[in-house]
Amino acid sequence: MRYLFAYILKHYFVFLFILLEVFSFSLVVQNNYQRATFLNSTYAFTGKIFAAYSNITDYFSLKKANEELLEENVGLRNRLESTLPLPDTNPFYSYDSTYRYIGAKVIKNTISRQKNYLMLDKGWKQGIQKDMGVTTARGIVGTVIGVSENYSMVMSILNIDNRINARIKKNNHLGNMEWDGKNYRFGLLTDIPVHLKLNNGDTIITSGNSQIFPEGIPFGKVDEYYEIKNEKFNTARIEYFEDYNQLYYVYVIINLNIEEQKELESSLP
Amino acid sequence: MTGLYLNNIIRFILLVIVQVLILNNINFGGYVNPFLYVYFILLLPFETAGWLLLISSFLIGLTIDIFSGTPGMHASASALIAFFRPAIIKIIGSSREYETGMQPSIRDLGFRWFITYSFFMILIHHTALFMVEVFRLSGLFDTVKRAIFSTIFTLVLVIITQYLFSRTTRRK
Repeated sequence: MRYLFAYILKHYFVFLFILLEVFSFSLVVQNNYQRATFLNSTYAFTGKIFAAYSNITDYFSLKKANEELLEENVGLRNRLESTLPLPDTNPFYSYDSTYRYIGAKVIKNTISRQKNYLMLDKGWKQGIQKDMGVTTARGIVGTVIGVSENYSMVMSILNIDNRINARIKKNNHLGNMEWDGKNYRFGLLTDIPVHLKLNNGDTIITSGNSQIFPEGIPFGKVDEYYEIKNEKFNTARIEYFEDYNQLYYVYVIINLNIEEQKELESSLP
Repeated sequence: MTGLYLNNIIRFILLVIVQVLILNNINFGGYVNPFLYVYFILLLPFETAGWLLLISSFLIGLTIDIFSGTPGMHASASALIAFFRPAIIKIIGSSREYETGMQPSIRDLGFRWFITYSFFMILIHHTALFMVEVFRLSGLFDTVKRAIFSTIFTLVLVIITQYLFSRTTRRK
């Protein structure tokens, strides 16, 4: 009897354990949509806590934020002065008008995981939608994957599942920007055709092919170019311009023509 | 007995706060981070019933998950070490005679016992955690490397915490 009892007891322990693991893994293997739903339902609560915490810690980074804003203002002003005398003479810049920006504050950010996400203090109430791009003055940050009333979740560029179409500025060739999960200062540009010669310091920009980011945002430079023999494509290590550990204010990009672009895309067989 | 429950509940809450607001923002070399919240699972009393051990460990993992935006990751790793805990305690054994009310702590079982016990528990937890995070076999070496470095980091914090808090319990 005692053995039987012990046997049942032992089994209930194993059984409960398996049950908990099955439940955990059902959460782990969710796709991005389900993940966003899970997080959105918890954000209403956790978002408030992080926003309150961020309100306190913000003071420590105010000086740096001010400096960055100043730097950006200078950049914007320079652009303004140079473009003002020649309105609409350069048709190649007309794509700029299809994008609008929403400023948002980062209230939660990780860089040390393999799959990093950020939380912003703006949600659908402020006009943010899924699949919008997020940038800073010094590069790209990621893509919105979930939105709640007042908060949104962004899949960081520092996420091993994130792939962003990129372009080598000097020769306009396309590549894919990935992150290998190692150092948060560096990413990998893959699928570079072997005949291309890249030098250290070559700028990498957004390609404009993704409908998420406008074309030509510089976000990194070549740090090391790996030439592998007998391979069709080479890889380069890219140093990001932005220090993702210090993100503070970001811009969410609204593509005004995204519906039209998607419609056209889906109309093709 | 109620004091023991209360102690553990307070430890649960404090560790979640420290983990979510402070430690989640800390990392060395870009990818080494501490997960001190496992301290809660380490210090659950020996007498804790199996179901309570599993459920409470699972709950602290799930709470961390909710605050870290990592559904299921910490919950699964925490439930895993809760499952292995009785076996680990048995395997390590102890030269000291077991008494009721004994805690899995440095004070009751000595530094050597505690560090061995914590090391294996944390190592299993972190390895599982990082494997689940990546969820693929490529780059296995990097994952193991991250797990080992993070284990050492967490272990140091666990021992510091142990000394900080055992002093207050002794005063009681």
